[in-house]
Parts: sequence; structure tokens; C-alpha cells
Amino acid sequence: MTMTPKLEWPKLEWKGVSKQFGANKVLDGLDLSVAPGRSLALMGRSGQGKSVTIKLALGLMRPDAGAVFLDGVDVTHQSESERRASFAGIGMLFQGAALFDSLSIWENVGFRLINADGVGRREARERAIEALGLVKLDADVAGLYPSELSGGMQKRVGLARAIVGQPSLLFFDEPTTGLDPVTAGTINELIRDKVTSLGCTAISITHDMHSARTIADEVAMLDAGKIVWRGTVAELDTADHPLVRAFITGRAEGLD
Amino acid sequence: MASDLPSGPLGLVAGLGRATLQGVAAIGRVGLFATRGIAAAFSPPWYPRQILAQFWEVGFLSLPVVGLTAWFTGAALALNIYSAGDRFNAETVMPQIVALGITRELGPVLAALMLAGRVASAMASEIGAMRATEQIDAMVTLSTDPRRYLIAPRLIAATVSLPLLTLLADIIGVAGGMQVSKLLIDLPPKIYILNTVDFITRWDVESGVIKSAVFGFIIGLMGCFHGDNAKGGARGVGRATTSAMVSAAVLILAADHLLTSIFVQP
Repeated sequence: MTMTPKLEWPKLEWKGVSKQFGANKVLDGLDLSVAPGRSLALMGRSGQGKSVTIKLALGLMRPDAGAVFLDGVDVTHQSESERRASFAGIGMLFQGAALFDSLSIWENVGFRLINADGVGRREARERAIEALGLVKLDADVAGLYPSELSGGMQKRVGLARAIVGQPSLLFFDEPTTGLDPVTAGTINELIRDKVTSLGCTAISITHDMHSARTIADEVAMLDAGKIVWRGTVAELDTADHPLVRAFITGRAEGLD
Repeated sequence: MASDLPSGPLGLVAGLGRATLQGVAAIGRVGLFATRGIAAAFSPPWYPRQILAQFWEVGFLSLPVVGLTAWFTGAALALNIYSAGDRFNAETVMPQIVALGITRELGPVLAALMLAGRVASAMASEIGAMRATEQIDAMVTLSTDPRRYLIAPRLIAATVSLPLLTLLADIIGVAGGMQVSKLLIDLPPKIYILNTVDFITRWDVESGVIKSAVFGFIIGLMGCFHGDNAKGGARGVGRATTSAMVSAAVLILAADHLLTSIFVQP
């Protein structure tokens, strides 16, 4: 009997993805993949297409060319119902948390459970409070509304909402932007802790090198629509790419 | 952009062509949005809590404004009939004319215009703000279809609530006319009601209700469409709110003309 080698697909893969808005070509044949269980930080200057890269993966936009594969399946041209099924195990923390301001905190956290997974409201509330506990928020906040919380607390609620469904893939869009260093540090540690404990794959957009070092295993640098450098967090300090150096030193010398 | 256009008469033709294309594209976008919204309203999953919440917002909370509008309009109509009808001794048909005017035209149209101001704008601003703050994107990532969760409940609530509000407006409008007739010509309310009931036909009421269902759908559609297409942050949301209200009002009046011309065909 011959042994068939076990094939392992990347958890998520962008193959030759291009996206243009008017005359502005944001992504130009992007090739990027993330192995299961790895945490990747996607870095780059503003306007280089980091958010577009994630939105394409989430099916919020369609690419002009190329395809996005989730667990080896091309999700680019799936119908909306197929995509919803494919993306059932995905969680996303938005830059501004994107909490539903007409719903209470527990309803925000339990939104997927109630509206997509068919979980009863009582059980959803219990699981939402449990998820809030995982991000170090008291059950007291469950009945409050997003406008009654600070920015850092809203980010934690967003994180609780992202992880409540036990996702296998998590996205973080600028998770620490606009937060003070102490709160940002707490969010970074929570993200690292949850990604590790859930054993899921994570992709984070960040400008913050400290955040990238905390939450990621690998860093990919996006510039002019392509990945110009990729390496492990340990390789960051020895990288000689000018853009990586500029992000580490905070100086724009040697850049166009 | 205007700078791309050739100058002179050719530029005028090119501009006209571009505007026509943009207009046709906009009609196509609204048509597609409406089709998808209707499809979402008729296919599961449904969100009963959302539908009930919208009935509360669109229907119940509009009761005071629709009721007051109907009362004052019925009263003003009666005053006008009393004043103008005096020229050819027609004051006595005041109940009939008030009933006809309210049920066929003023009830459905004024209730719809009030809702266009109150509801279409509120829908556009709420959905527009959700779009601007990525709440709609978040909903997609939470495996929930915004068309079914946000759009369909609003379309259902607006289309069903407005006919009910119109029926109420018909009753209150007639009551407004009744009060004026009591004050001016001392017509007893009982006689006024008997005259109204004897004169009015079932179709007078039904045609108004059918119209108001169409108007309700227009209100929901314009509110949701402009909100969903809001771009450019707070300014974009403001623009969407205004566009929703204005386009709903204009389309209501256009649809009123079209439907009335169909209904009154000999």
C-alpha cells in the first residue's frame, strides 16, 4: 500500500489578487498565504491596501483579478449563502470595534449565536457573559450599550464578539489604534492569549511594531500592492528592507 | 467630470448623454436593490424581533403625526367646502366631499408624505451611520445577511404599516370634517356619519389603501437604498437622509398620479 502524503492547505491564501479603485491600483497581483495556527501581522504604510486585503478575504469586496482560498476552497466567486457557510468559523475585530449601537453589550457579543447559529437568547446571554469574562470584562457591562463604554472596553467587547463562536480564523484591523499604551498593551496580550488558547489562525493589520511583535508569529510588509518583505518576528531586527527598517526606527530615510 | 467634455454643442450632447446614462444606471441600481429586498422579505431566515421593532418605529410611533395631519386636513377641507360650496349651495354635500377627498387622495398621500419625512429619513440616517461605522460589514462577518436583518424588516413594516395608518387617517380626517360641520352648519354628528357611510363605496377606501401600500414600499425602499449607499462619513449620511426624504416624496406623488390614472379609468 502506497502512502499518500498528507496535503496541508494554507488556512487562507490570496493568489494573484488585484484590486483597483478608479485609476488607483491598490493591490497588484498580491500573493500571500497563512498557515493554520499561525499569527500574521500585515504591515504597511497608510493607503497601501491592508484593509482592502482583509475585506477581500472576508468577501466584503470582490477582486478584479485573482482569487482568495479558505482551507483550499476558492471563496471569491461563491454565492452569498455559500460564503456565509464558508465563513462561519471566522471572527473579526474592526478598527472602531463596529459594535451595533442599538443593541446591548451582551446582544452584540451574542449576535452571531442568536442570528446565525440559532442559539436561544438565554443561552446566548450566558455564553456572551462568559466571552466577556475571557476579555476581562465584568458581567455588569452586559446590559449596557456601546456608547456607555470607553474605547478600550469597546475593543474588548469587539474581541469577545469575535471569539464567542470559537473561530478558527481571526482578523484584527488596527486593534490598538487610538488607545493609550496601557490599554493597547492589555488588548495585545488578550489577542495573543486568545489566539494561542483557541489555536486559531490570526491575521492582524497594524502600524504598531510593538503590537506586531506581541500578537504575531510572522510579519508581512505590504507596499505598492505587493508583499515586499516577509519574515518571523525574530527576523525583524535583522531585516535590511528599507521599509521594515523605517517601521522599526520610525524614520523615513531611504524611502521613496 | 465636466473638464473631460468637449466644448460647444458637442459638449452639450456629451453632457446630456452622460447624465442620461447616470440616470439609467441609478434606476437600475434602485431596481436591483428593490428586487433583492423583496427576495429577502420573502425568503428565510426572517428576524421577527427586527420586524416587530420596525412596526413599532414605523407604525406605532407615526400614529400621532398621521392622526394630527388627518384631523387638520379633514377640518380644513370641510372649511373650504363650506366656504366655496356656498357659491352653488353645495354646503350640504360637505360630508360626502370630505369623505371622498380623504379616503381617495388626502389620507393616503398626506400620511405617506408625513412618513417620508419621519421614517425614510430616519432609516437612511440609521443605515448610513451603520455603513459609515462598519457595522454592516461587521454583520456580514457575523454570518448575518444585512438585507434580511436590516432591509427586509423595514420594507415589510413600511409596506404594511402605511395602509393601516391610512385607514386610521381616513377615520380621523372624516372626524375632523364632522367637527367643522357641527360648528358651522350645526349638522349633527350622527347625520354626518350616516351621510358619509351611505355615500362612500368600498372601492373609495380600498383604492386609497392599495395606493398607501405602494407608498409605504417606496418609503422603505428610498430610506434603505440611500442609507445603504451613503458614502463619505457624516456628510454622506446627511446627504443620504435628505435624498431619501426628497426622493420618497417625489416618487410618492408620481406614483399617486400613475395609480389614480389607472384607478379612475372608465
